[in-house]
Amino acid sequence: MSDLVDVQINGEWHQFPKGTRMIEACREVGAEVPNYCYHPKLTSPGNCRMCLVQMGMPPRPAPGAEPAQPDEDGHVPISWMPRPVIACANTVAPNMGIRTQGELTEKVREGVMELMLANHPLDCPICDQAGECHLQEYSVEHGKGEGRFREQKVKKPKNVDVGPRIRLDDERCIMCSRCIRFMDEVADDPVLGFTDRGSHTTLAVYPGRELDSNYSLNTADLCPVGALTSNDFRFQMRVWFMKETNTIDTNCGTGANITVYARQGEIFRIKPRQNNAVNSDWMPDSHRLSFHWINDEETRLTSALAKDENGNHQVVSNENAYAIAASKLSKFKGHEIAIIASARMTNEELFMVKRLAKHLKAKIVETVPRTGEADGYLISEDRNPNTLGVKTVLGLDEPGSQLESIKDDIKQGQIHALIALQEDLITDAGFTDDDLAGLDVLISSYPSANPTAERSDVVLPGGCWAEKSGTMLNIQGRLQRLNKVMDGPGTTEEPWEVVRNLQQALGGGNGIHSHMEIFKQLAEKVPAFSGVKFQDIGDLGIPLIETGETLPLLEREKERVAQGLIVG
Amino acid sequence: MAIVVKRPKLKWWEHLYIPAIISGMRVTLGHFFQIVSRKKKVTMQYPEEKWDAHLPEHYRGAPALVTDEQGRERCVACQLCEFICPPRAIAIRPEEIPSDDKWAKVEKRPKKFDIDMVRCIYCGMCEEVCPEQAIFLRKDYAITGTSRDEMVHDKDRLYEIGGVRTGLVNKWNDLK
Repeated sequence: MSDLVDVQINGEWHQFPKGTRMIEACREVGAEVPNYCYHPKLTSPGNCRMCLVQMGMPPRPAPGAEPAQPDEDGHVPISWMPRPVIACANTVAPNMGIRTQGELTEKVREGVMELMLANHPLDCPICDQAGECHLQEYSVEHGKGEGRFREQKVKKPKNVDVGPRIRLDDERCIMCSRCIRFMDEVADDPVLGFTDRGSHTTLAVYPGRELDSNYSLNTADLCPVGALTSNDFRFQMRVWFMKETNTIDTNCGTGANITVYARQGEIFRIKPRQNNAVNSDWMPDSHRLSFHWINDEETRLTSALAKDENGNHQVVSNENAYAIAASKLSKFKGHEIAIIASARMTNEELFMVKRLAKHLKAKIVETVPRTGEADGYLISEDRNPNTLGVKTVLGLDEPGSQLESIKDDIKQGQIHALIALQEDLITDAGFTDDDLAGLDVLISSYPSANPTAERSDVVLPGGCWAEKSGTMLNIQGRLQRLNKVMDGPGTTEEPWEVVRNLQQALGGGNGIHSHMEIFKQLAEKVPAFSGVKFQDIGDLGIPLIETGETLPLLEREKERVAQGLIVG
Repeated sequence: MAIVVKRPKLKWWEHLYIPAIISGMRVTLGHFFQIVSRKKKVTMQYPEEKWDAHLPEHYRGAPALVTDEQGRERCVACQLCEFICPPRAIAIRPEEIPSDDKWAKVEKRPKKFDIDMVRCIYCGMCEEVCPEQAIFLRKDYAITGTSRDEMVHDKDRLYEIGGVRTGLVNKWNDLK
């Protein structure tokens, strides 16, 4: 292996591929190097100086002197350089020595921290970043307890509206330039930059422009301090109170990996989670901010409803709702029943739907397609998170193609009963009141109040994406896990439970008690899933089906990695 | 580390306990005769009479929020008291101070600040942890209510109890 080089880190010899950054080499062997400006997905300008480490190379022999002889392992004694080097922009070299500890490294870190804190305001009780602030963390590790800086701190603009979703506090900025590089290199909208010089350096937006890219909120994630904060999350909740759940985004077929931050049944924010095979480290703002309806107590459906003799909805217990639904459905033959499921449902839920359809001998099972424009970054054309799951599990070749024929069949009196699961037919599937008027029975399940529910004979409370667990297939054919963030409001159940309970009320069904049990059956019955174990999927998912779809942002990232611009 | 307590060696008359009983009874009967002969008063007619004047300097009563001499609410809703509170009596929701407010530069204030006095154990950790010297334990001890809701002190009630604090607050000595 000629492309591996021997590097000594803190006295231990390791091997790394040529071209590895020193900081990555140190991280790999567990010697963390503090850093602000360095980010593996961005270029390394080396301007924060926090990652300074001591470096040594084989001694250069004096003219006429014998070169140093290698020992039995082939290592030449290292001659340490008197001054530190930055670990983020330098790569490893043969027989290099790195010290991330020791007097020199510790002293320079203390020095850099002191300079960074010289002008940094001490408003941590107010600052949103407190609790996840690198400056706080490193000042505990490497800073002094007290400032020696007696002069006035430099005044800079505070509370600057740089864009519709981002607020800038220039006094807190430590000039790492991560946000500038992100907007330039990843979001292709270079609106940010530095003005002025020295300690007056200020982050600013290009005059006449604003930070309004659909990826702007990633800069708030990147910001190691509280200089860039999200308008949406600003002053909402302290980070240490929130429970983090790793799950996936359900706004489009990309299935970006996310972490949901929630406290006491309320979602406060969503952040992208690194998955180099899907969304890298980023996610679009539009998807990130689309969770607010989940917290809206006014519009959420919290209990089962059934229509009384006068056609008014009455709250009923879940058991009664399933019993009523079953008794209404049992009046019809299979070919008079249609089921419209959703491509927002997980593979497990779709499998349960298939089972229900088989039990009812339902004529048609269909889902509602959703499309939008792809943005050339991470948003895919398919705005359903699990269209591939619908194709694979339900076996539909062209989801949505039978919707029109369902409408016709209802009009012609061939379909009498319709079960709408996790879809609002009127708003999303182009159904009209007239279309639904021809039905004898309409049973629906949806997380929030909607026109279809209003017309339904029985409304079953089914949770939304944050209130259920399961797996989904994204456009690349990657099998990813959706994890439950919190329990749904009221008597809400997970959609797979809704389908199971409905089938049990209809007199069919066995004891399925978890989504993992469904997955086991799925792996047995659906060929594409055969041999896959639920626990193998993990946090990052596994490639399951070859679709040939690629994500433009990821392709560009791969190019930059190949060019050696970024680590990736 | 365990501390070994040495038992005192008692003399033989101390083992009888009679001298100790006699000296104890002398104190008790002394009080008794003083009260019977109305020379001394030891019972306080609470609640007509209050013992507020006798409260020690370090007394810990109901926690409350304070404003400073300029009428600024000192709390910036950092939620550290909510975090430290052992019985989780405190619930805070922060909000941004609107830009037309006189104190807009402070940026943050509590929108909702509830202390559940049924839960509060008067430990004073909220006061100790507060980086803004905004919450103090006052000498109010008779916190009563006819419902659980009434026992939850909201932001207005907390400022009402807390009142104004003037000067730079020296929270460990001069304030109670």
